[in-house]
Amino acid sequence: MDTGALGKVYQNGEVIVRQGEVGDCMFVIQEGEVEIIAEMEDCEVRLAVRKEGDFFGEMAIFERDVRMATVRALGEVRVLTVDKKNFLRRIHEDPSLAFRLVETMSSRIRELSEEVAQHKETREQIEEPDPCDDQIE
Amino acid sequence: MENQNLKLDDGSRIGVIGGGPAGSFFSIFVLDMARRMGIDLHLDIYEPRDYTSPGPKGCNMCGGIISETLVQNLATEGINLPPSVVQRGIDSYVMHMDVGSVRIDTPLQEKRIGAVHRGPGPRDVKEIKWASFDGHLQSLAIGRGANIVKERVSEIGRVDGKFQIKSRSGSPETYDLLAVATGINTGAMRLFENLDLPFEPPSTTKTFICEFFLGLDQIEQILGSSMHVFLLDLPRLEFAAIIPKGDYASVCMLGDEIDKELIESFMGSNEVKDRFPPQWNLKVFNCQCSPRIAMTSARQPFDDRIVFIGDIGVTRLYKDGIGAAYRVAKAAATTVIFQGLSGEDFKEHYWPTCRNIEIDNSIGKIIFMVTELIQKSKIARRAVLRMTAAEQKEDGPQMRMSTVLWDTFTGSAPYREIFLRTLHPVFLLRLFGNLARSLFG
Repeated sequence: MDTGALGKVYQNGEVIVRQGEVGDCMFVIQEGEVEIIAEMEDCEVRLAVRKEGDFFGEMAIFERDVRMATVRALGEVRVLTVDKKNFLRRIHEDPSLAFRLVETMSSRIRELSEEVAQHKETREQIEEPDPCDDQIE
Repeated sequence: MENQNLKLDDGSRIGVIGGGPAGSFFSIFVLDMARRMGIDLHLDIYEPRDYTSPGPKGCNMCGGIISETLVQNLATEGINLPPSVVQRGIDSYVMHMDVGSVRIDTPLQEKRIGAVHRGPGPRDVKEIKWASFDGHLQSLAIGRGANIVKERVSEIGRVDGKFQIKSRSGSPETYDLLAVATGINTGAMRLFENLDLPFEPPSTTKTFICEFFLGLDQIEQILGSSMHVFLLDLPRLEFAAIIPKGDYASVCMLGDEIDKELIESFMGSNEVKDRFPPQWNLKVFNCQCSPRIAMTSARQPFDDRIVFIGDIGVTRLYKDGIGAAYRVAKAAATTVIFQGLSGEDFKEHYWPTCRNIEIDNSIGKIIFMVTELIQKSKIARRAVLRMTAAEQKEDGPQMRMSTVLWDTFTGSAPYREIFLRTLHPVFLLRLFGNLARSLFG
């Protein structure tokens, strides 16, 4: 049955996109999961996990910049490449093709905003200890 | 004044005649866009075919290639094609000529073209292992709220300016909008004869498609994941291909009124025989059909409250009919949701997409004329083979002939783009160089 599997298969841990590389396509996950990782100087931070039907690497479609994160296969994963040129040509002809992309990016902005708010709250709590704590001491 | 009121609103009713790719794509996109706009629609698809039945009962007769552009566009739309529907992912094609064969790989080493059966399989299929492509799209439309009426439409009339559909056993149903996606291989044309529409159907020609059961292992060994295309010096044959699918190989012949004589000449050629096991009987088919394909566009495929989509309206010449159905279905859906249902709305917002395909087809005709010249000239065939083979060995970015052939045979790029690539000085220089070597070498 797998003779009809479209896209390319990556094995667990295999790098699909490398941070810092120039990109000219985005990817749609056909099967499996990937992890998105920010590579820092001495460590790695997992930013997100994407699953079947999700896309990643979409910033390369709209920006002329290098990839901002590394994407690795989490288990066996099958992904389909979407060419920048083809995609932009189709959006020019049919702007509604970008609906789903915009919807997803909007939902990701919402998730990020929530995360930023949580981080800020945690940071404020660390920087300003509860005055009650001093009284107990 | 009346035209300004021709809009879809909460409770509006849409009738779609034909549940093939054009009808299903239109339904999917209309219902998706209506949801985004907060409009509650009622949509019925009239499709008598049963996509779980093998053979003609569940098949819409087509070569069954989903081009790489369409695969990508659908993935972006959130419509993934699972391995339970795609019988084989194609990652390369092999071009066969009397002067030799050459394999051309997809640049990313990725399976980006899908080979499908439109129904669940040929008439003699013993075990249904893959689902129907048309059935898959229909199920996506149902998932978005479309109702399937498993009836053949017997009559269409008008009531208060709206269209009314009568089916054999159902009661008459009136619709604010009628989308016609019957294709050109049904008797549906007679339904529109007395409606006084400006529409005229496209002119057509006969093709030939047949299936050979080889079994999964033999398909893998002999054909692999490549589409095999043939440039043979046979009059009236524009294009022929062997497409590997699950257990079957589909042979697809396109040209000018493909008849028995031409089929025998093609099947009898050494280039074709070599693609099958030794002593294989190429005169006995497991399933066959001679569907007609559109050679021109329909005249004015729209009017107030009615739009013709897919093959019955405008499609691409020879290639990527499903891709064309996707494009026009999307354009029609966008028009009815965001603009309106009048003939003027369709003319302004739907027709430009059809017109682009129509103009591109006229460039396609030039490309196929050149292909015909190559088919007739041995020197040209040698030059094309030599240039392509050299490019494939180089493995560099300048695969000019390879990409031209790839896009011509797979239908992955507009004909205009392919034509412009052939005018590039480097392409012409290399081609003339190879022509000279073929002539004197």
